[in-house]
Amino acid sequence: MKVLSFILRKEFRQIFRDKIILAMMFLMPTIQLIIMPWAANFEVKNINIAYIDHDHSSYSQKLIHKIASSGYFKIAGSPDSYQKGLQMIEHGDADLVLEIPAHFERNLVREKKQKLNLSVDAINGTKSSLGGSYLVSVIGDFNSNLDINIKSPDNTLNAAQANIKVANSNWYNPRAEYKYYMVPGILVLLLTLIGGFITALNIVREKEIGTIEQINVTPIKKWQFILGKLIPFWIVGMTVFTIGLIVMYIIYGIFPEGSLLTLYLFAAVYLIALLGLGLLISTFADTQLQAMFIAFFFMMIFMLMSGFFTNTESMPNWARQISNFTPVTHFIKVVRLIVLKGSGFNEIKTEFFYLIGFAILLNTLAIFNYRKTS
Amino acid sequence: MKQLLVFIKKEFYHVFRDRRTLLILFGLPMVQIILFGYALSSEVKNIGIAVQDNAHDIHSQQIISKIQASPYFKMQDPILNYPDVEKRFKEGSIKCAVIFPVHFGEDLYRTGGAQIQVIADASDPNTATILTNYLNTIINDYQQQLNPNIRTPYKIIPEVRLLYNEEQNGSLNFIPGVIALIFMIVSTALTSVSVVREKEMGTMEILLVSPFKPVMVLMAKAIPYLVLSLVNFVIILLLSVYLLDVEIRGSLLLLFGESIIFIITCLSLGLLISNVTNSQQTAMLISMMGMMLPTLLLTGFMFPIENMPWIFRVVSHILPSRYYYDIVKAVMLKGLGFSYVWKETLILLGMAAGLLTLALKKFKIRLS
Repeated sequence: MKVLSFILRKEFRQIFRDKIILAMMFLMPTIQLIIMPWAANFEVKNINIAYIDHDHSSYSQKLIHKIASSGYFKIAGSPDSYQKGLQMIEHGDADLVLEIPAHFERNLVREKKQKLNLSVDAINGTKSSLGGSYLVSVIGDFNSNLDINIKSPDNTLNAAQANIKVANSNWYNPRAEYKYYMVPGILVLLLTLIGGFITALNIVREKEIGTIEQINVTPIKKWQFILGKLIPFWIVGMTVFTIGLIVMYIIYGIFPEGSLLTLYLFAAVYLIALLGLGLLISTFADTQLQAMFIAFFFMMIFMLMSGFFTNTESMPNWARQISNFTPVTHFIKVVRLIVLKGSGFNEIKTEFFYLIGFAILLNTLAIFNYRKTS
Repeated sequence: MKQLLVFIKKEFYHVFRDRRTLLILFGLPMVQIILFGYALSSEVKNIGIAVQDNAHDIHSQQIISKIQASPYFKMQDPILNYPDVEKRFKEGSIKCAVIFPVHFGEDLYRTGGAQIQVIADASDPNTATILTNYLNTIINDYQQQLNPNIRTPYKIIPEVRLLYNEEQNGSLNFIPGVIALIFMIVSTALTSVSVVREKEMGTMEILLVSPFKPVMVLMAKAIPYLVLSLVNFVIILLLSVYLLDVEIRGSLLLLFGESIIFIITCLSLGLLISNVTNSQQTAMLISMMGMMLPTLLLTGFMFPIENMPWIFRVVSHILPSRYYYDIVKAVMLKGLGFSYVWKETLILLGMAAGLLTLALKKFKIRLS
């Protein structure tokens, strides 16, 4: 025990001596947490639309007016040919091009139907697909009003019609503010970066500089060495997490709906799992660069497959399995559940077992592998 | 010149001796491209939904079976009571709940109006919106089916053409972004440790007394990594084309040229970082941790830049990856020529030149 306390003292001194590392550990996540959520906005608005009106009739004008006033679209221009409209898409000035054919109004009244050409830049993922479907629904709306406009409004058929009213209610985030969803997720990512990377780097650094040899010849036991590495970073991680929660409250006004105790319990276990991962990486790598690349590899997978951006449910089955096997997936889910919905321990205990499982698995692997290499 | 060649050879030797790093360098991006190419998509499907059917009549059953048949939803066990809805939301097992009132079918016939309650978990606002829209469409469809004689006689039919991506290949949306992200991080990190490692190991002293000019030292450091990054780029392109069915529409030569410029920009940034830091740990923390999230969030492939507050739009202009992302999209996916990307190219060239000069300046200070 005395040996451990000596090692701990040494490690802490090392951490606090390097001012840049210290700043990286505490300031960088804080600053990123303050800034990033403003950029992480999935809300789709201001979709740029260009229209080509070959008809110049009152109906085409009405339609364009309707689109412009729907709130989703911004008229980017009205070129006089499709060629020019396409150029606007190529230059990235427009996301959609709507082409209203000549005799649009005449055909509509005579033949009761008329086609419209809508070209969507399908490379811009979410934006264009949402844009396309918004536009289709705006036109659908226009359709139903057309009916009344063209035909006599004394259409009494409606009375006999079976009508289903849908009462929609949005829970937990009724104003649909995207940052409520993003801030807890970003906090988790930052914690992961700090927890996983710094341990990995720190131990590999001792390897690279050769000080690990010196430690190996001292009577310090392996578990003391490992605990000596893990405990300081665990404390650092918990501090970062606490700072993150404070930032979340002060800047974004988000206070966890659920119990803080539950939240900390999960964070504590998650950090142990993460430090185990860092430790494991350090046993595989001989240089800091290698450690960093391996850590980067995992971080990318964690970030992109954890459900931080996309729904894990929408992934193909095998990908969901991978996602299930990354600790971040579970912790992001848990933090969002506790913070936004106030879930209690009982409701999310499955996730807790996952995290405990990861903590045991990763640390065991790391310690096992550690013995073999030295 | 001969000196430089010898020096480059030495650095190459240095890089290739380290098999493990090479394996990581080539292996990891490959896995990432495959993984993300297949797994990521902005589509929403298979989302957990649960129903409380208090009516148990033919209409509610039919609507439920329509929801069940939709690929967007995955039906979970029925809801028992109202508190159960909350419990299921809190477990995270469902994101949507549909409740039919007791006399749903009767109301539909007698009064011509019946209500369905749809509750969405709006903690994730976009998914909630999309799901609610899906449900509304399903219910509207059913309503149309109930009233077959009523049709809107006047109809404008939008014919939607999906430019550049007719088959709606999801990887097309992510590949350019992932490529930009991988290069931005990998290339920067590679050179960010190059000089600082020599400082840390003490071999810097040897360089200092050697007759090499600083420019040469930096070039010799960067060139092997440029070659490595280009090999990496070829591998990624091959994977995208043959595995992920991404068609390269534009000029391959142009794509290559642009990639070289982008990689040089990132390598220069790495060199700069390497010259201003004094430990590998710091250099890597800056190049990876410091840049990962900004690159991910501000390049424009995850979140539309136009929606961001002005300050982010400004910041995004400093990121080389933003321009490269635009270039890859334009050249690779849209098949556009140089005349469409000359502005971005110039900016990247300017950044590369600026960063290199700065790196060189910082390097000189160290030497004196």
